[in-house]
Amino acid sequence: MGFQVSQNGDVTLVEVEGQLIVGNRQELKQRVLEQLEGGDRKFVIDFSNTGYIDSSGLGVLVSLSKKIREQGGELRLSNLNEDLRTLFELTKLDTLFRITNTKEEALEGF
Amino acid sequence: MDNDLVLEIPTDIRSIEHTVEYVMSRCHDCGGQARLLRLNFRVGLTEALSNAMLYGNGHDPSKSVRVEVTMVGGRLQARITDQGTGFDPSSIPDPTAPDNLLKCGGRGLFLMRQLCDEVSYNDQGNEVTLVLRLEQGAALEGGAQA
Repeated sequence: MGFQVSQNGDVTLVEVEGQLIVGNRQELKQRVLEQLEGGDRKFVIDFSNTGYIDSSGLGVLVSLSKKIREQGGELRLSNLNEDLRTLFELTKLDTLFRITNTKEEALEGF
Repeated sequence: MDNDLVLEIPTDIRSIEHTVEYVMSRCHDCGGQARLLRLNFRVGLTEALSNAMLYGNGHDPSKSVRVEVTMVGGRLQARITDQGTGFDPSSIPDPTAPDNLLKCGGRGLFLMRQLCDEVSYNDQGNEVTLVLRLEQGAALEGGAQA
């Protein structure tokens, strides 16, 4: 499990490898907040290599989205598999985020 | 079969993933029901374990969580018991209500209820029982473990 952070122009791309769960959610939060404090405002979190997100992971995404919006930025999500999409739909968090099928789509026009 | 699988796990959130993977590995391939195990059961068990360790046992590593999994007549049942004082499950608000959508917590129990066929608590509120109705033929491997 881990997080790969890279820059695509002025967009910060975070790729979640493995799972986003109660055991590692704080690491993701810290990594993104460091970038936000450093001046980054556009974020894409990509879940191509993510098997599972638990409710704690969902909560961290909500928290990060709020903090980024407060700074005038935006957090987009990409590449949710069928199971992850189901979790977002059940919790209605699909209405809170812009969710794209690919990270390229998320990066376009950002 | 009763009490096919019994685990006593110390409170450590890092052990949740491993525990869930282990329990799931003990289930036979359920064919068309694979998604029920991969998504519904996994979510239910993960959230129940998280709640037990975080809120029930309050992160206290000296306290443990008991997991009992049984498979009877196509019903996969998981009973998760913590050593806390319990809570009132009816006190958890609907996280999908507009006023709650931006809150960071409160989705665990909701997901359990959405994805499991039955979710019930004991009177004390420190033991949750999840039931998932699988088709006949699904089975749990092996016997009890301490």
